[in-house]
Amino acid sequence: MRVADRRERDGSRTRSVVALLALAAVAIMAVDSAGDSTPIEPLRGATSAVVSPVQAGLDLAAAPIRSLGSYVTTVNGLRKDNTALRDDNARLRAQLETAGVDSTRHSDLAAIATIAAGSGLQLVPARVVAIGAAQSFSRTVSISAGTADGVHADMTVLNADGLVGRVLRADAHSATVLLIIDAGSVVGGRLGSDGELGLCRGDGDLSGAGRLTLTTLDSTVTPRAGDSVVTWGSQDGTPYVAGVPIGSIQSVQASPRDSTTTAVVRPYVDFSALDTVAVVVSATQSSAAPAPSRRQGR
Amino acid sequence: MGALRALVTAAAVVVAVSLQSGPLAALAVAGVVPDLVLLLVVGVALVRGPQHAAVVGFLSGLVLDLAPPADHTAGRWALALLVVGYLAGLVSQDARHSAVAAIVTVAAAAFVGSSVFALSGLLLGDPGVTVAHVLSVVPVEVLYDVALTPVVLPLVVAVSRRLEPGTDRWVRA
Repeated sequence: MRVADRRERDGSRTRSVVALLALAAVAIMAVDSAGDSTPIEPLRGATSAVVSPVQAGLDLAAAPIRSLGSYVTTVNGLRKDNTALRDDNARLRAQLETAGVDSTRHSDLAAIATIAAGSGLQLVPARVVAIGAAQSFSRTVSISAGTADGVHADMTVLNADGLVGRVLRADAHSATVLLIIDAGSVVGGRLGSDGELGLCRGDGDLSGAGRLTLTTLDSTVTPRAGDSVVTWGSQDGTPYVAGVPIGSIQSVQASPRDSTTTAVVRPYVDFSALDTVAVVVSATQSSAAPAPSRRQGR
Repeated sequence: MGALRALVTAAAVVVAVSLQSGPLAALAVAGVVPDLVLLLVVGVALVRGPQHAAVVGFLSGLVLDLAPPADHTAGRWALALLVVGYLAGLVSQDARHSAVAAIVTVAAAAFVGSSVFALSGLLLGDPGVTVAHVLSVVPVEVLYDVALTPVVLPLVVAVSRRLEPGTDRWVRA
């Protein structure tokens, strides 16, 4: 009887705690969806100050594991010297494959340096240290540069292939970047062939094959497949500087009902293999001189 | 003992959140990574019952909401993992002694957690949450979490038990 009493009391206390916490969660959601500068923002900064160093550390620690790839050792029943040889082999292979990652990174950095020199843009290189999971339904990444490096919110992020996204918020040593394929991302685009303007919206695809939907401002303009799209740019280069390649037009669908044309843009950047990126910290270029980035006809 | 337990739990949450968005992103299947935090909450629920797991779920969900690169409305994972902790805690007496029951609990927890998160996104008008996206993510998430259960769950349960010798209140109640 006493045990049943206690369990009853525990149960009702648990229900109270759960109800209270559920209300707290709903209250946090209400506060956070109220606007841009909510009391939640300082909390995000504080959490980032704790989590970002751990993320950066784990990223460093995981580099050799990542490069090992599908290498699996099955040494059951093998002689000792054989095991030693395999270990040697694994170590050398890891070194070799890490060297591959390092040289890719090096050539990425070199390409970014070339863009910086050619365009007059002041770029800060950074590495992608964390990637938002599909179960959160948004396409964001964390990069390893922050306000200490001159990175602030609403700056353009690009890599050697083209436009990556824009900085949402920056802390001392890390920043969160909204990728252009996120469902909430809109980028002003300019058609490479005739300079017509349009808006590129991300499709929010979560599996890596993200596309953009281009709607031209002038509904009589029909984009052609294969045409390239570059950023249109805004007054001070925030959030996007002008002339950064976005992607190429993959297909065009005309809708006779509401007389609009939408085009599917395939981004130049491979969002499933993001590694080295650069943040445009100072856009001293004139809008007439677009950034001569390497355009790949993928 | 209570302070040590809180410290270990907090450290585990930070590491799980960081692993989930960092190194584990390389193992993503269709963009979905294993929910280490959810497995942590289920593990705590199995050892300590619904009330403690609900609190741990709420707090670790809040970390998941606020830690970069998250950009959704804060409080959504907090609510989802609060529900997961509470429900998993309610069935913990049955789920604790059988591996099959534990795996079923994880599958149900993954389904409930991702569904509550997706539903809150639909209600708040998150542009990334569409029915098509939800249908493509949730099954992968459930399968991936179940696949990782034999590795992660025994670890969490063992550590929780060690921090809690003799005070396994829920078992004796």
